Formats: sequence, C-alpha cells, structure tokens
Amino acid sequence: MKHWAALCLWLCCCAPAMAHKASDSYLSLDSGHWQGRWDIALRDLDYALGLDANGDGAITWGELRELGDAVFAYALQRLTVASAGQPCTLQPGSLQVDSHSDGNYAVLNFALACPDPAGPWSVDYRLFFDLDAQHRSLFSWAGSERPAVFGPDAHRIDFDMAGQTGIWPVLANFAGEGMRHILIGYDHLLFLLSLLLPAGLAWDRTGWRAVGSWRMAAWDAATVVTAFTLAHSLTLSLTALHVIALPARWVESAIAASVALAALNNIYPLLSRRRAWLAFGFGWIHGMGIASVLLDMGSARGSQLVALLGFNLGVEAGQLAAVAAVLPLVVYAGRFAVYSQSALRWGSAAIAALACVWLAERSLEVSLPIF
Amino acid sequence: MANSWRWVTLFIGLASALPAAWAEAYLPADAGQVIETLPARGSHWLELRTLRQQAAAEPQALPPVLQLVRRYIELGRAEADPRYFGYAEAALQPWLLRPAADPEVLTLQATLLQNRHEFAPALALLQRALAVQPRLAQAWLTRAAILEVQGDYAAAAGSCLPLAKTAAALVGAVCINSVLSLAGQSETAYRQLQQALEHASGAAATDRQWALVTLAEIAERRGDVAAAERHYRQALAAAAADGYLLAAYADFLLDRQRYAEVVGLLADRTRADPLLLRLALAERHLPQWDSDAHSEALQARFAALRLRGDNRHQADEARFRLQLCNEAEAAYNLAQANWRIQREPRDARILLEAALAAGKSRTELRPVLDFLAASGVQDSRLQPLIARFGEEGV
Repeated sequence: MKHWAALCLWLCCCAPAMAHKASDSYLSLDSGHWQGRWDIALRDLDYALGLDANGDGAITWGELRELGDAVFAYALQRLTVASAGQPCTLQPGSLQVDSHSDGNYAVLNFALACPDPAGPWSVDYRLFFDLDAQHRSLFSWAGSERPAVFGPDAHRIDFDMAGQTGIWPVLANFAGEGMRHILIGYDHLLFLLSLLLPAGLAWDRTGWRAVGSWRMAAWDAATVVTAFTLAHSLTLSLTALHVIALPARWVESAIAASVALAALNNIYPLLSRRRAWLAFGFGWIHGMGIASVLLDMGSARGSQLVALLGFNLGVEAGQLAAVAAVLPLVVYAGRFAVYSQSALRWGSAAIAALACVWLAERSLEVSLPIF
Repeated sequence: MANSWRWVTLFIGLASALPAAWAEAYLPADAGQVIETLPARGSHWLELRTLRQQAAAEPQALPPVLQLVRRYIELGRAEADPRYFGYAEAALQPWLLRPAADPEVLTLQATLLQNRHEFAPALALLQRALAVQPRLAQAWLTRAAILEVQGDYAAAAGSCLPLAKTAAALVGAVCINSVLSLAGQSETAYRQLQQALEHASGAAATDRQWALVTLAEIAERRGDVAAAERHYRQALAAAAADGYLLAAYADFLLDRQRYAEVVGLLADRTRADPLLLRLALAERHLPQWDSDAHSEALQARFAALRLRGDNRHQADEARFRLQLCNEAEAAYNLAQANWRIQREPRDARILLEAALAAGKSRTELRPVLDFLAASGVQDSRLQPLIARFGEEGV
C-alpha cells in the first residue's frame, strides 16, 4: 500500500524539488507514425536565443510562442535525420511545454518526410554543443529499449528501426490506432449498438416480437454493419485525403444526433426493417468524425495511403470485435419477452438521452457537468 | 515481493527520465503564464552577459575568454550548477584545438575534467601546461588536489611544494597540510595549518574559508568535535558557503544526530543533488518531515544522470541506496566503483559501511583495508569500521 502511495505521489508531483543538472534534451523518433518529439530545456533555449524578451528572469508562454518559429528553425537546423542515405525533411508541428526534473522544457513536435523510409537510419545531432560542451541528448526511437546518448564526440548515430520500417509496420501501427479509436470512441459504437439492439426481433404495429431465428439476426447485423462500413470508409478516405472537409463542430453534432435518432428508432420505429439504410446514411457523417483522429496524427505524404488503409482496417476490426461480443447477447436476450417489451425500450431511451447531452455539448461548445 | 517492487521502482525511475507516454506535454492556457523561472538575474548575470559580449566581440583575444571561463567555474561551484561548467568548456573548446594551447587554457580545462572525475586526462593536460609554464601555481594546485583524491599522497605533496614559491602562503599551507593530515600526520598538519591561518590576516576570504574547512575536516577526523564545529562555523561566516562546505558540515551534523539543524541548513538548497541527499537523510529522522518526496526526487535524478552516462555521483548514490533504500548490495557495487576513482576517507567510509551491510568478507575488502593501513590515515569514523572487519578475522 505504501508503495502505491509513493507511486501516486510520484505521478502527481513528478519532481517536488527542481534539480541543478547538466543540460539534457530528449529526442524521440517514431518512424511508424512519421513523427518526432524533442524536449529542450527552456533555460538552454534562453541561453542560446534569449527567450526572456523583457529580461525579467521569467519566461512566459507568450514569450516562447512569439519566438516559436525561431526556436523550431534553430533546433531543426541542428538535427539531420536520414534514411537510406537520403535526408528527411523535418516539418515543424505544434509547440508545447512539459516538465522534467530540472525545470520546464519546450516540446517541439515535428513530422518526418523521408524520400526512402526503408532504412538504415542515421541521426546527426548538433544542438548546443558550441555553447555547452556538457550538453547531451537522450535519444530513443520506436523499438529501442535503452536511449542512446548524443554528445560532442558522438553526434551521429546509425541504427535500424528493428521491425519498424517499411509498409507493414506502418500498416500495423495505424491499424492499432484505428482499432483503439473505434473502441474508445463511444459514439460510433453506441450508434452501431442502437441499430443492433433489435436484431432478431420483428416489429408489428403493437411492438417488438421475438422471431427467434439466428439466421435472421445474423442477416440483420450483417446488412447494418456492411452498410455502415461502406459509408464511413468512403467519407473517412475522402476526408483523410483532404478531398472533403466539414467543420468539426458540425460533424460531431451530427454524429450525436445520429446516435439519438438510431436509439429513438427502436422506441418509435420509422425504419424498422430498413435500419441498414439508416446505417448507410449516417455512416457518411461518422466517417468524417473518425477521420479527424487520423488528420490529427498527421502522416507524411509518402505513407499516407498505407496509413489510411491501416487505420481503416483497424476501425473495421474493432467494430467487428464489438459486434461479435454484443450480437450473441442481444439475440439470446431477444428470446425473453422482457427484452423486447421493456429492456430494449429503456436501453434505447438511455442511449438517446446520453446522445442528446452530447448533441447539446457539441453544438453549443459547452461542457455539461452531467457526464 | 520486495524484490519485484524494487524492479518496479527502478523501472519507473528510469522511465520517468524519458518523455514517457504518461509525461504529457501540454499547451499553457494563456500567454502570460510563466513557464520557467531563470537563474537569478542579479549582478552575476549582468557580469556574465558583459563578459560573453566581450569574448564574442574579440574572438581572437584570449584574456576575456579566460575571465569568462573562471567566472563560470566559480558560479558553477557556488551554485552547484553543472550547466556553468558546460558553458565554460564550450568557451574553451576553440582554444584547446590550437596546436600550441595556452597553459592557462589547459589548466582550466583540467579543472573542468577534474570536476567530472576524469582524473587521468586532467593530469595529462596539467602535465602539458606545466611543461610550458613550470611556475603556473593553479596547475600545481589542481594537480595536487587530484592526486590527493586518488590517494597518491607522496605525489600530491610533491605537487604542493612548488606553491611555496608561486602562490600565496596560505594556499600552499592548505595544500600541503591537507595531504599530510591524510598521510598519518594529522596532528602536525592541524598545528601548521592553524599557524598559517593566524599569520595570513590579509588572505582572500575564499582562501581563508578553504583553510577553515580543511581545519574542520582534520579536527573531525581526529575526533575533536568541538574544534571541528568551531571551524565549520568560522568557515560558514567567512564567505558565502559553497556546496562542498555545506555538504561537509551537514555530514558532521548528521553524525551527531542533529537532524533539525541539517534541515535548517539545507531546506532551500535542494537543487544540488549532494545537498538534497543530506536533507533527505535528516528528514528521515524527523517525524514532522516527510522524506519520501525528496527520496523520490533523488531516485529520478540519479536515474537521469545514469542515462546520460554520468558517474560523478556514485558515492552519493551509494549512500542513497544504503541509507534511504536499504539496498546494501547495490550500494556496495556503487561504492566499489567509486573507490576505483576516488580514495578519500569519505569514499572509504561508504564502501566499508555498505560492505558491512551487505555481509562482505574481509577478503573482499582486502585492497581497501590494505590501502588504509598503508596510508596511515587516522579517522575517528573509519576506525570502528576497520575494527569490525578485524574482528571477523579471516
């Protein structure tokens, strides 16, 4: 128990006492996602570039942001990443802040674009050595267990990203991201769940009746899932390739509305037998929402299609896994009258209520303290 | 179970030194948010800035560079902040690459290497410097200090002798008597150094402070607690205390179980690892203080140092492992590695303490015990430890 307490303390206030320590930076490369992250101490950047514009001994976020372009230019000029002997382009991304044991660091996120990402890789590091001979950089790359250390006498490191280069690892990486996204993105799953809840049931004017046929339930589910997949794959691809672009607020609100409608359709069925059309229609919107994650991750031009394919496959795999887990339960429960008469109704009502909260939050851009 | 937790802790320690997945970078909320406070922008900073500008304005002139580097080294020592040593080394780099490097440049670089415990290359640079300029007092002094730390007392004393003609009398006296006190003549050394101090009324405050710390350490080794305390207090009053003095006095207080005074001395000096270690050691004995946070911070700092390949703090880390983590075996290995580089009484002490805790035999400690017997060192803190190995009699 004491250990857990210590662990929590550790996680909460990582460094209660700031250290005096020699200068380090932390560089990591992820060829699977074509990204890099570089943590550089603000104190060192100030020594090199004079971040403290007004000379009051305190660096504000505004002062750093003001010089953001200069910081990226200064740092990225002193870093060369090459694959197969050809230098990669390092494109500045977002600038953030993080803390380490000796103070706060600027976090430079950047994208890698390599003409030939097959490897072998080399990194040449020359930051700060002319100003601080004791500066070191702890370098880790995807797949490395121990960081390598750059220093004035060891400013170049050659390595192979074991199992991390080429098409397959990129595909696998993005498939993992796609699966993760669909499994933690409740709105897409709730939409699908709402459409699957009545699988194996039939509507007659007075209510849902159990049909009790596995075959029909499976057919129901297959048509719904296929329709949803076709539609969202199409818009996912078009959005990720920048062919179409709709405002995120609009897309996210429409997704919430689609969940509410799908759930309400179980209580007041308008399209009881044609839920596949509902899945297809709203699938367009969901595809655009799913694509936003892929756009945020950013990928270099060379690997864009592979990343998209992998991501999409991951999304489908995650979706099928969820369906495989839920469908037998739904069909089994459908044999009992209580399911068709009340459980389905109340479950759908709950989903609709949740979706309405989302709709309000997303369309009004507020955060309701309910969920 | 305890063992697996140790691995978990070690893993967390190592992982935390890297931008691990949970070390979330963030976007500060507003432009006015202060994201870093820089070292004090007092007179030091203005002076350094002027010196940097002078050195940059005349890239071919050596004197401004030497002045800048000396200032960096002084600040690095006073603040226990290694970044200044890195700046100093970078400023020296272009001058070191010249075919006939200036002896002062070589000596300053040797001082920086000494700081990093890279003693062999430091001695080689000093040799080069003295070959060009045999009357360079600073080179002899640095050489003596390194040889003393390495336990080569005869050579160290030989390096102190030229100071009699080239340096201030007090500096020469501290150099030679410090060596003599370790080589079995502590009584003579104490008396001579005290006399030298009495006759050096015009000496620089920092030199007087250095003499007083040396006197305090000699008295402490001889078991004269009252004299040691008096000298430590005089040293603290002589000039602004550097990290070495604070650490030595804190150790003195820790040995006397005066934990509250240690906290009073070091509470706001947590940036330097050696001082944070002593603070955590004291807090452990005070119920009203929680030493866990400082222990965790030390764990992270040692892990970060190890990642960058820095083994300067092995003696301190050995104490941390032994006294705060109860990891005798790990402490012993660190103390043993440290002993291969440094052989001062405090290095012998942590090695013997860790060896006792880890149940090492007299045979394994023979090289250390032989060294201590041959040197004739008299240290009230070492004698009981040595005696315990004697009792086991192998």
